[in-house]
Amino acid sequence: MKAETPDSVVFDIADGSVRALNQFLHGPMGPTQRVVVENPDGAHSIAVGVNAPIEIDIRGHAGYYAAGMNMHATVNIAGNAGPGVAENMMSGRVTVRGFASVSAGASAHGGLLVIEGDAGLRCGISLKGADIVVGGDVGAFSAFMAQAGRIVVCGDAAENLGDSLYEAVLYVRGEVKSLGADAQFEPMTDADHAAVAGLLLAAGFAHDPASFRRVASAKQLYHWNADANQEY
Amino acid sequence: MCGIVGLLLKRPVLRPRLGELMLPMLVGMTGRGKDSAGMAVFTDRLKDDRHKLSLYSGAGSLGAAYDWDGLLAQVRDGCDVQAAIAVKGNHAVLTVAAPVASVRTWLKEHISGVQVLSSGSAIDLYKDVGTPADIAARYRFGALEGTHLVGHTRMATESAVTVENAHPYTAGQDWCIVHNGSLSNPHQLRRKLEPLGIEFDGDCDTEAACRYLEWRMREGDDLEDALHKGFEVFDGFYTFLMGTRDKLALVRDPFACKPAIVAETDDYVAIASEFRSLAHLPDVKHAQLFEPKPEHIYSWSI
Repeated sequence: MKAETPDSVVFDIADGSVRALNQFLHGPMGPTQRVVVENPDGAHSIAVGVNAPIEIDIRGHAGYYAAGMNMHATVNIAGNAGPGVAENMMSGRVTVRGFASVSAGASAHGGLLVIEGDAGLRCGISLKGADIVVGGDVGAFSAFMAQAGRIVVCGDAAENLGDSLYEAVLYVRGEVKSLGADAQFEPMTDADHAAVAGLLLAAGFAHDPASFRRVASAKQLYHWNADANQEY
Repeated sequence: MCGIVGLLLKRPVLRPRLGELMLPMLVGMTGRGKDSAGMAVFTDRLKDDRHKLSLYSGAGSLGAAYDWDGLLAQVRDGCDVQAAIAVKGNHAVLTVAAPVASVRTWLKEHISGVQVLSSGSAIDLYKDVGTPADIAARYRFGALEGTHLVGHTRMATESAVTVENAHPYTAGQDWCIVHNGSLSNPHQLRRKLEPLGIEFDGDCDTEAACRYLEWRMREGDDLEDALHKGFEVFDGFYTFLMGTRDKLALVRDPFACKPAIVAETDDYVAIASEFRSLAHLPDVKHAQLFEPKPEHIYSWSI
């Protein structure tokens, strides 16, 4: 169900009309600056594939793949997000006020994903250049095979953080239960402190950048090692 | 893919509304499983050594035309027990004033065409082939009363669409499990259990987990101990939701591949694969919502 105000369009998707919402977002939106989604109630694929510099407010909990493939849009999710929020985002910004389920920001190329609560397992898996800032904890295997981009974790990280990392860099403020294969702690440089300060500012968190540790790839898996005997 | 739902009511005054509150949860999981569905509901416990068995007479009109009164007469006669039966089409709950094991054995030896879906003093179990909404209407799920329930919507991936392969699975008494995922070592578990005299009804991977955990509890483990051992032996993907006569329990595999979300208020604990099945519960906006962590045992008592 669609309703219009002078500068915004309101979609109440309690009737299951996600497709109508997405078709609107994919079409010529004219002067529309803002789209409000009421009663998302965990529906899948809300605001996927948007390619426009507009603001989208999702007033509740989103299901799978919310804001996936986002370009240019600013998407605010007032509640929690299901699996794969902002997966493959290209640019823009996605903010989750609550917690995000597994695979948040999976293979995202650009833009900023902010999760104010906790993120589930595999946050930033195969990250390809986006930035992710998590206010709480991240689950196991976060940043698995992450190739580029930065992840800031203000809370703790569960098992196997950064397993098989490529060039992405992780900053963690809390405890790290364990590092994955080939991930290592590295000293923070001035550039790292500046990077963390910038990301925290963008995300709206007030932590001291000096309280973060840097995790990056030891690059021992970049080349085949015949002597490793499949033990890493 | 499958959907799971669970609901435990904390306040006795709500128990007559158990089915009504659950119905949108189950139907909400149709997108995750639309070929079959099932529901285990736990009621007040029968007293005085009475027990009940949920029976199923087969799909369609043939099953619905089953002579349940004839069965009741045979049970009374053959087992020499007091018995009563409550019929809903091709499903019936047989109540007997006798130990369950002897009645089960008698049914197996003397009655063909009827499956025993569950037995115990608190559990009733329904499962059938069809969409969740159709099955819920067929067995009047909206009118179910009780303390807690465990439901499932199935999208078959590793075995055929049959009632035998639909969830919940049961073993022993007042115990059931539903599963979203797939185990990779069910045959290994089966080879461990069968030499101990544990019989299997079908070939679904979930039955192996169901019988393993029931076996551990029969050997003296409590549910938590059994699940800790389960973490060691189950290989594969699983979100398991389980029911005993006074508990719901929930676990996820170390990779938490299959989803689950919990909503808890002063009135209820509700569990589903996805939030869209919880969205219509009363006061869910103020519920404590969380995603269960991998390899962590969550349980709630009535």
